Amino acid sequence: MLELSIDGQPLRVAQGTTVAAALTASGDHCSRTSVSGQRRAPLCGMGICQECRVTIDGLRRLACQTLCRDGMHVETRP
Amino acid sequence: MTRPVDLLIIGAGPAGMAAALAAAPSGISIVVLDDNPLPGGQIWRDGPNAQLPTVATEMRAQLQRYSNIHLHSGTKVVAIAGPKRLLLEDAERGWVLGYEKLILCTGARELLLPFPGWTLPGVTGAGGLQALIKSGVPVSGERIVIAGSGPLLLASAATAKKNGAEVVRIAEQAGRRAVSGFALGLWRWPNKAFQAVTLASGAYRLSAHVIEALGSDRLEAVRMQTGSRVEEIACDRLACGFSLVPNTELGSALGCEVRDRAIVVDEWQTTGLTDHYAAGECTGFGGSELALVEGKIAGLVAVGRQEEARAHWPERQRWQRFADRLNQAFTLDPALKTLATADTLVCRCEDVPYAELADHASWNSAKLNTRCGMGACQGRICATAAHTLFGWEPPRLRPPFSPARIATLACLDEPAA
Repeated sequence: MLELSIDGQPLRVAQGTTVAAALTASGDHCSRTSVSGQRRAPLCGMGICQECRVTIDGLRRLACQTLCRDGMHVETRP
Repeated sequence: MTRPVDLLIIGAGPAGMAAALAAAPSGISIVVLDDNPLPGGQIWRDGPNAQLPTVATEMRAQLQRYSNIHLHSGTKVVAIAGPKRLLLEDAERGWVLGYEKLILCTGARELLLPFPGWTLPGVTGAGGLQALIKSGVPVSGERIVIAGSGPLLLASAATAKKNGAEVVRIAEQAGRRAVSGFALGLWRWPNKAFQAVTLASGAYRLSAHVIEALGSDRLEAVRMQTGSRVEEIACDRLACGFSLVPNTELGSALGCEVRDRAIVVDEWQTTGLTDHYAAGECTGFGGSELALVEGKIAGLVAVGRQEEARAHWPERQRWQRFADRLNQAFTLDPALKTLATADTLVCRCEDVPYAELADHASWNSAKLNTRCGMGACQGRICATAAHTLFGWEPPRLRPPFSPARIATLACLDEPAA
């Protein structure tokens, strides 16, 4: 198992889990807030739609194409 | 300056892997790029909840055995850096890679069409849900509605069921005549017939489509139209996709001809551009078997083994006939173009509603006046939807092809490495 945090909340997931999958165990399951303030969650699951973009250790990454790593800090809110 | 790689392959799905394996025995240097963490493409996506077919695991093992094949996973093409040079980026760095020959195996994405409520958390693509489940999203005990069009709905339903979800409805927009005509012809492709039978489900409805996704902060129910009947179904997830559209953006940016949403290739899988080939779903949706044989042909042709490539033409023709029947059977009902209402967001990046777009005459006019297509996905979702909704020809993509770091763009000034 790996341990990471999403919006400060600690979380344990299985090896090979994507950040998009880890989001389903987080607060509201969402990845970002849209320009008009709506919360959004992963849509296409394959790196096209950019809805799952999150901040991981300070860099913007796509949650669906990023594997969870030990000690990762994921942020979904601006 | 390092010498350019002999053969660059973009995409490590069935076509890209087959191309690399066909070209590898020649001993030339091969680089395979893929933006996912692991090779396999969408159909053979690996993860905690994935069960890969033997052919996929065997091909992955073979890729590793060739010391002249270098696989870069988690890597995106950001821009064209000059003739036969591409700017690339992964999680750590950006760099420019030169190549002698290129095979585009960029695959396809789902056609996602806007309908009221489609931005609610809990709504995903149909293949999107399958990809998310394979990568670890738990769905055990959830009620799931799958809607849209094509055999992908059944594949997605099978993955959801296997992982403990209750698939409460599968809504296929195509009608009985079209789909049963297709099913009757399946005896010509025995393993596909088997797939269709094992995937069949009592929740399957034809001439059915979603009208609206309901919920406040999250999806709670779906309003469905089945024939002339309207019903509301409570559910935790809605997975909705209207078949696939080829990823042609990179091919188009390089100067390859794109017709009917697909990269144009000849019988040797060559594009109109010298030393540039394309194979698999980016040349038209046809399934993994067609992608495999096209990839093999492209790989052989790229290393000058035309005669061996020609031996695979009959196999390609056989799977192409299957693809043609599939695309005929699941033609989209024009009613699906009218699902969005005035306030339905079409561009999810810039939050542009349908009403702001509808009065424009072209994609460019809509984009300049509303910012639609100017967000992070660069119109991959909304320009594709607008093509279906309004008939607007999507624009040629401008670099950077995906959001990139400034440090990566700065590599454009450096010599190739």
